[in-house]
Amino acid sequence: MTRIQAQGVSMRRAGRLILDDVCVSASAGEFVAVIGPNGAGKSTLLSVLSGLVAPDDGAIHLNDRALSDYTPKEMARLRAFLPQNPRCEWPLPVHRLVGLGLTPMLPAFGDFAPREIERIEAVLAACDLTVQRNQPVTTLSGGELARAMLARAMVADPAMLVVDEPLTGLDPRHAQDAARRLQQLAVGQGKLVIASIHDLNMALRCANRVWALRDGRLIADGPPTEVIQPKLLREIFDVEVSIFGTGTGAFVDFSPRQPI
Amino acid sequence: MKSHFRVGLWLLASVLLMAVLSVLVGRSGFLEPWNPGTGDPRSAELVRLILVELRLPRMILACLAGAALGLSGAVLQGLTRNPLADPGLLGISAGAALGAVIAIYAGFGLTFALAVPALGLLGALGAAALTLWLGSGGGTLVLILAGAAVSGLMLAGIALALNMAPNPYAAFEITHWMLGSLADRGWDNVWVSAPFIVPGVLLLLSTGRALDALSLGEQQAASLGVDLKRLRRTVLVGTALTVGAATSVSGTIGFIGLVAPHLVRPFCGHEPGRVLWPSALCGALLLLMADVLTRLLPFDRELNLGVLTGLVGTPFFIALVLRLKRTAP
Repeated sequence: MTRIQAQGVSMRRAGRLILDDVCVSASAGEFVAVIGPNGAGKSTLLSVLSGLVAPDDGAIHLNDRALSDYTPKEMARLRAFLPQNPRCEWPLPVHRLVGLGLTPMLPAFGDFAPREIERIEAVLAACDLTVQRNQPVTTLSGGELARAMLARAMVADPAMLVVDEPLTGLDPRHAQDAARRLQQLAVGQGKLVIASIHDLNMALRCANRVWALRDGRLIADGPPTEVIQPKLLREIFDVEVSIFGTGTGAFVDFSPRQPI
Repeated sequence: MKSHFRVGLWLLASVLLMAVLSVLVGRSGFLEPWNPGTGDPRSAELVRLILVELRLPRMILACLAGAALGLSGAVLQGLTRNPLADPGLLGISAGAALGAVIAIYAGFGLTFALAVPALGLLGALGAAALTLWLGSGGGTLVLILAGAAVSGLMLAGIALALNMAPNPYAAFEITHWMLGSLADRGWDNVWVSAPFIVPGVLLLLSTGRALDALSLGEQQAASLGVDLKRLRRTVLVGTALTVGAATSVSGTIGFIGLVAPHLVRPFCGHEPGRVLWPSALCGALLLLMADVLTRLLPFDRELNLGVLTGLVGTPFFIALVLRLKRTAP
């Protein structure tokens, strides 16, 4: 069972503390939403937990083994990572883009084996991309590209999925669609999903755990209904906030009281 | 059969055909080795000499240098994810040119025939080492900037040599070499360059998978297990071996490295890894064709290879710019 644990993780860049003594842990089946204002250290925390960057201080363990002991290839087989606004630089057809997710499993030369092609087709179908299968990636719409990238991340069936702002820039329908897919991966398929999310209403509805960051420090860690509370949000975001309703159906409103 | 595989076979067949043609035609006319003429033993020996000692090594050098340029262009375009990257990008061809120019300037070439390619190779490796040292620790952008700086330094050295040339003949010799040519290159040139080009080609071909993953950007490639530092080092060393050795025997030949990957992409797709083999073949084909053309054009002096590729390559470049302008938002 997948479990990641970070203890006392700190990160400095140009003399500034980007992560300050962060201790978090999460395990399979959880969908963790990382919230916080811009520059709070969300992206840095995600790349540290993915093993892409080594922290200056602190230790991270994945399945009780230090993250620094994993080779990049081993990590690539265990977790998938999607950065903010993932892009593809060449006009590859969608099914070849998705196939790139299998890179850590492939030998140095040669094309896909029949089993791998089956896997790619299955993921394309699961992500509603069968129609776009042969379309160049560069001609996809924003929502389609987000789906293609998620398919790329899912194709190797990783135990842990780390996604930086998967909902940003998507229209409401596509954002809901993406959130539902991520939730299905965590709750339905027992993966560990960690995603930074700006839309708190969405975090409330789809995540089952929230980490709130501010200035590199972990301010709160708990179920969405406990963390997404007026007092805490005011402290994290520095603006007035109202919350209507209760439970996972509550509605967070940051709108200013007066016209601007 | 897969389409990109079929394209590779077509290219290979064309390269072979062109290679045979390149041995058969030349300044001394169309030679038929199977029919050595009048039966006069001296003329038969002359035909053999021209074919085996002049045209055969020249054909092999054209294949090697063309493949080196085409392949390294494809690899560099994949690494930088920039369709305008070419083998001159890392300062390596300028380094080879400076080495060769020093050999010509000092007159080493007169005492020892291989001094020019040997010093050219040293120059290429030196430039590569300098680029690697300058660009180490940074990303791909830093590596390109380091290459631009090294290239500038090497070109300044060449300009200095031209400026200080002891006599007009040396200056002429230098400019003539820089224009690129495969005329009068013999087997010794093959033996001096092939041991570098062949392993360099293998090294560059091994980067395919990593370059494919890099189409997703550096962060995603790293998350897929690609060692970016090692990839950059491999590309630099491979380019130094292939382009360095090629430039040191043939002089600077532009545009082949830029154009070859663009010519094969419509047929094999845009995945950087799939373009590698076909780009090498296409580069070899282009250089063979250019070399045959230089010998067939009815000018008093043989047209230099670099001049011809420049003349033919620039319109292609302009067409590329126009197409980019149309497709870019």
